[in-house]
Amino acid sequence: MAGRYLPAAQLTGSGRPVLHPNEIESSLLQSVDVECEENPNFPHLKSGLLILTTHRLLWLPPESPPNSNSSSAAAAAAAIPLAAVTHVFPPKKSVKHMFASPRVRLQVSASRDGVIGERGGEGAGARSLVITLVLRGSKSGGGGDPDGFFGRLWEAWRGRAWEGEGRVRVRRIAMPVVGISGLLRREQEIWESTDKTLQDAFLDLNALMSKAKEMVVLAEKMRQKLLSGLANQANAVKDEEMGSKQEMQDWMLSVGIASPVTKESAGALYHQQLSRQLADFVKLPLEKSGGMIALIDIYCLFNRARGTELISPEDLLQACALWEKFDVPVMHRKFDSGVMVIQNKSHSDEEVFERIKALVLKPDALKIGISPSDAAMTLGIAPAMAKEHLLTAESKGLLCRDVSPEGFRFYINLFKEIDVNNIHL
Amino acid sequence: MQKLGDFKLPHFFNYPPYFTLQPIRDTREKQVQLWKELIIDYCKTQKVFVIGPEEEFPLFSNPVIERSLSHDAREVFLSALVQEGRAEWVDKGHKKCLILWLRIQDWADCILRFVKDNGFEDGVLTVEEIRSGIDSRGTELHGMDRTILMKALKLLEHKGKATIFKGTSADDEGVKFSA
Repeated sequence: MAGRYLPAAQLTGSGRPVLHPNEIESSLLQSVDVECEENPNFPHLKSGLLILTTHRLLWLPPESPPNSNSSSAAAAAAAIPLAAVTHVFPPKKSVKHMFASPRVRLQVSASRDGVIGERGGEGAGARSLVITLVLRGSKSGGGGDPDGFFGRLWEAWRGRAWEGEGRVRVRRIAMPVVGISGLLRREQEIWESTDKTLQDAFLDLNALMSKAKEMVVLAEKMRQKLLSGLANQANAVKDEEMGSKQEMQDWMLSVGIASPVTKESAGALYHQQLSRQLADFVKLPLEKSGGMIALIDIYCLFNRARGTELISPEDLLQACALWEKFDVPVMHRKFDSGVMVIQNKSHSDEEVFERIKALVLKPDALKIGISPSDAAMTLGIAPAMAKEHLLTAESKGLLCRDVSPEGFRFYINLFKEIDVNNIHL
Repeated sequence: MQKLGDFKLPHFFNYPPYFTLQPIRDTREKQVQLWKELIIDYCKTQKVFVIGPEEEFPLFSNPVIERSLSHDAREVFLSALVQEGRAEWVDKGHKKCLILWLRIQDWADCILRFVKDNGFEDGVLTVEEIRSGIDSRGTELHGMDRTILMKALKLLEHKGKATIFKGTSADDEGVKFSA
């Protein structure tokens, strides 16, 4: 298993890597072998998916066909921390190498028994190993040619993104805080620095791109502050304040895909990876909206969370369509009316029908029926969605409709209760 | 209980979906059935023979719940009666519909009973006499629709039980019944 010599890489439920804070994906390649000739016990990592991030090289095992139980036999996802890399060798260019798969070699530091890790090269007996990445699919695959990949790897490695984090965390405002004026001054300083960050960010798009990470960090910080604030003074806070904090929190929650899958980074794997990222993303909004959410709402939420890397509606549809091939707990559904939604696979129409039935049997509803917005309020979902549920319930014979100048209303279906032979009963 | 004159309306007459053509098949089938029964029932007790989908008809709207049937719905319910042989379109434009709460055959039987009861076998009667004469007073024939009466008489003629004579005007067409 890879775990012996390489750190394991965690995956989300839909098979996307779990990234560290501030870690951003930069390139994906299909059909990549990872080899280490110097270590005969090195695991067989054959034709997997290689993901280059600012912090790590991740190797994901090849897709096992759905419904097969061979997952236990497949190699686990592994990672090579870029911190352990001491040198990167470019792919060789010679006649001999023209017909073989391109190879990129890395020199990494490891412990005496060949374990590679961030601290693998420290301590006595540390040695150096050469890891070879065989790019089998690079000609047709995503992320471009081997040279392009090498360039990005070089960039990420030289960028040393993993080094900056420690410093950011310990940085503090040095000015002593004394009395009320001190507090005010500190507020002012924080406000000014925040303002500057925002101004810089909007200066131009390039700046915004480079600031995106900081913005996410800032949003995350504010969220943490709000959360801790809520916990501390939960009893004392007025309702109104609670409301605005709740709203703020919701905004913060919706910022937050730090490393959106892009065409540039994923290439031909774009839709597949986007689909997985989307499956992870929809969990929270689905939970909030009772197990079903309109596709258009997800489109807005998803794009807002992605920030500048917007996706097209077509991309969203394709990503949803791909869910059928993956083992994800969500599905895409199209109603007869053409309205499209995303719902949990466990979502049951029966349960919704029971609630609608209870609603239409109330004395008021028996007299004047219910409108889609009445149902929306009771079910806690969007009116458009509620209307779909009502129409589905109608098609099942549970409800029937009343169209009049007053609008479109639904009643419990009494037609089947009436005896044709005795209409005055 | 809501009433239209002396006609007792069923409870579901105040159920708003009754006045909206239901799109779901099973529900609509039941709705059509209920409308057919109500229309026949009403026409029979109120002696209504002709309904025009475009004209006012007491059943087609309910002021209590402020609902009325759309033109399409009226046409669907009347056509359903036509399909069952309990109504007939008078014209191709579907402007008027004869409601046959008794089938033509049943009307013909009524006429024969009336002729027998009054001893008119081998006698001659005018069509108007049958519809509005003193003898038919108190029977189902009194005040019946002329078109339906003519259809019934033609059926009898076809069976050899009556002969229709053309008069000088439509008013005095005569019928001779044979025993």
